[in-house]
Amino acid sequence: MQEPNKLKPFFENLNFERDDNTMVINFGPQHPSAHGQLRLVLELDGEKVVKAYPDIGYLHRGVEKMAENMIYNEFLPTTDRLDYIASTSNNYAFALSVERLIGLEVPRRAQVIRTMLLELNRIMSHLFFLATHALDVGAMSVFLYAFREREFAMDLVEDYCGARLTHSAVRIGGVPLDLPAGWLEQLSTYIDKLPEQIKLYEDLLTENRIWKMRLEDVGVVTPEDALSWGCTGVLLRGSGIQYDVRKEEPYELYGELDFDIPVSDRNDSYGRYRLYMEEMKESVKILRQLIPMHRKTEPQIMAHNPKYISAPKEEIMTQNYALMQHFVLVTQGMRPPKGTVYAPTESPKGELGFFIRSEGEPYAYRLKIRAPSFFHTGILQHILPGTYLADVVAIIGNTNIVFGEVDR
Amino acid sequence: MAQHEVNYASTGGLPVALTTVDKLLNWGRANSLWPMTYGLACCAIEMMATGASRFDFDRMGVIFRASPRQSDVLILAGTLSKKHSEFARRLYDQMPDPKWVISMGSCANTGGMFNTYATVQGVDRIVPVDIYLPGCAPRPETLQYAVMMLQKKINRESGNMNKNTKQRFV
Amino acid sequence: MRKYTPKDNVQGKAKYTDRFWVAPRVPRESVEEESHFAAVYQAMNEAVEVLDAYVELGQLVIHIRPEENIAALEVLKNTCDYAMCSELSAIDYLAQDGEFEVFYQMLNLKKAKRTRLLTRIQEGQAIESIVPLYAMANFAEREMYDMFGITVNNHPYLKRIIMPEDWVGYPLRKTYPLQGDEHAAWYEVDKIFGKEHRDVIGPENRDPGRIDRYDSQRFSRVGYEVPFGAEHGESETEQPIEYSKQILVNYTTGSEVLDTRK
Repeated sequence: MQEPNKLKPFFENLNFERDDNTMVINFGPQHPSAHGQLRLVLELDGEKVVKAYPDIGYLHRGVEKMAENMIYNEFLPTTDRLDYIASTSNNYAFALSVERLIGLEVPRRAQVIRTMLLELNRIMSHLFFLATHALDVGAMSVFLYAFREREFAMDLVEDYCGARLTHSAVRIGGVPLDLPAGWLEQLSTYIDKLPEQIKLYEDLLTENRIWKMRLEDVGVVTPEDALSWGCTGVLLRGSGIQYDVRKEEPYELYGELDFDIPVSDRNDSYGRYRLYMEEMKESVKILRQLIPMHRKTEPQIMAHNPKYISAPKEEIMTQNYALMQHFVLVTQGMRPPKGTVYAPTESPKGELGFFIRSEGEPYAYRLKIRAPSFFHTGILQHILPGTYLADVVAIIGNTNIVFGEVDR
Repeated sequence: MAQHEVNYASTGGLPVALTTVDKLLNWGRANSLWPMTYGLACCAIEMMATGASRFDFDRMGVIFRASPRQSDVLILAGTLSKKHSEFARRLYDQMPDPKWVISMGSCANTGGMFNTYATVQGVDRIVPVDIYLPGCAPRPETLQYAVMMLQKKINRESGNMNKNTKQRFV
Repeated sequence: MRKYTPKDNVQGKAKYTDRFWVAPRVPRESVEEESHFAAVYQAMNEAVEVLDAYVELGQLVIHIRPEENIAALEVLKNTCDYAMCSELSAIDYLAQDGEFEVFYQMLNLKKAKRTRLLTRIQEGQAIESIVPLYAMANFAEREMYDMFGITVNNHPYLKRIIMPEDWVGYPLRKTYPLQGDEHAAWYEVDKIFGKEHRDVIGPENRDPGRIDRYDSQRFSRVGYEVPFGAEHGESETEQPIEYSKQILVNYTTGSEVLDTRK
């Protein structure tokens, strides 16, 4: 049955000078708890990791290259597949970069909808983190519970944009649709129920003896390390540095919303787990404030800027000039001015930003994705040595890396 | 003596069923498909959702295994990059016969939207595929449907695996 | 005449550009007095040679010479409190100037300000590694080496990170086509089955809309039945596509006059 091929065992070209008393093991790229396609080459002395070498690139799809060959609107669905657990945050980060580049004001209703989607995505991502992290550490029931809540959040997003995973719910210049009827009521039911569920997970885990033993003082990231290795998001805040792009460099409506940035100075995995739980509660708080805001806004959802953004469909169908603009924008693409932009946003994983160099063409000259997970993978080679092999899985799970983003 | 005589040709209410070995083997194979957790990209998240609480894959006898040695279905869920292709083939080779492959999602089927230098344009260049599951990403229900189609396919096959020639797509 | 395609940049090009169209530029403001950026500019100017400095979309941009990148980053880290380097990578300007542009995107966490250092290096020129200052460069510089082929001096472990070790070419250069070169096209076949299997496996299908009408495995036929997996030629002969000669509606001789103005 087996077709002949020339694959051989692949230990011949490992990059370590091997001593006699250490063992080199290969972890991944297909490992159930490697969170995707991480390959770690670990050098072990007994059960202790002496040296760790993360090998990435197993999900490299050439997204940055694609951006140089696609017009800006065409590229937007590709950003879904970067951090595929919270797609809207990628869509939004890209749209924000382009909007900053062309200097676009987004209407207020679109801002409300975008902020809602971003926070809903944050909840989905954190629930997914909790599920997989608990599964890696050995708590199967938390996986099932957290996925249950996540499905309800996905239902809400699906009601809005029609997709469960790859949303593309944000456009450059606004959002494509207004919220469907009854959506806000569903959302408020959901966020009323969610805190009870979060309390259930906390009851299961926070004081759990096994959970504490597995996470406390495991994966210690000191503040100096976190800064030097470019850690952002929870990994930075878990090291006692209170930096959140939403608070410090506000975008969308975050400037006028009332929320806290939880911070922990425990530096270990347990502190970061607590931060994830607290952040979900903050997201619920933000969503509560957003629901009444939606009613107060004007119904406009796309920015009006005929040079860059197509007119609404009714105008395209009725007005000649709008039709012409639409035709040019679809066939040739918008041409942002020459210049460079780097717009940071706080995605669930950390600071996500799109660096765009435009040369005045409809195609980006260079698009670099500053993905938080890429740097969180980099720090693995620093924090893994000295830990036990069993803790490796807990640490990888706790850094919350997503490989669509790491390899791009 | 005569009262214990059993007429097997007309078994009225007796616990005996007649079947062929083919059917028996296929019945066993089709109803306990154990796929390997081979999550590559976005589709892996939907694969996990299929196994999780709402969709509950276990009720179809599908239990995800972490090792290729214990599994008989390879669900290739997501984009297969050229760097990874070697490992995909290696894992396929490590699985014991009989084995089947489901290619989940557009990226695995044809390369999908990633028509770039780094993506394998269809996993059927690497391993023979039984079921192609379209979608980007396919919903959990479609993955369950794909497994049901695979069960149908297995039931059509011969019990003797040497007779079943795998399709060689070129 | 065949359309001329330049070889030094094979990326996407505008299909049509108006002859008189001039691309506008994002406004570049000069550095304001008494601001945080003025202090940064002052400190940089004392330490290294600043080629150009301006504020673009709220971020300070400083052009420096490539030899002085370590000195400039030391100033930023130690005196100006830029504790984090968010991102570093390169931009390919080989076609225009024969140069790469390397950028360092810096973040000051206390004041929430961002500064970008830009420097230009020739092709083949190496740049000094910043790993001693910012450890994040360990991965980022490897990625830059992998994608552009820019050598980084004194890097602890300069190897390909994203592409496999035996990959040929630097994918993000403008000369590298999106769909890869000959080597990329056969990479997985060569690796798994060997070069001699190229004929068996066949070339990649890069056209997502391609339909092979004699393929009985992927496509079913409308009208008459072909067994699954039947070889082409077993049940039918290959026919060229024919167009119907029968004219269904003849508009030229029809009695209906469509345009009554004639």
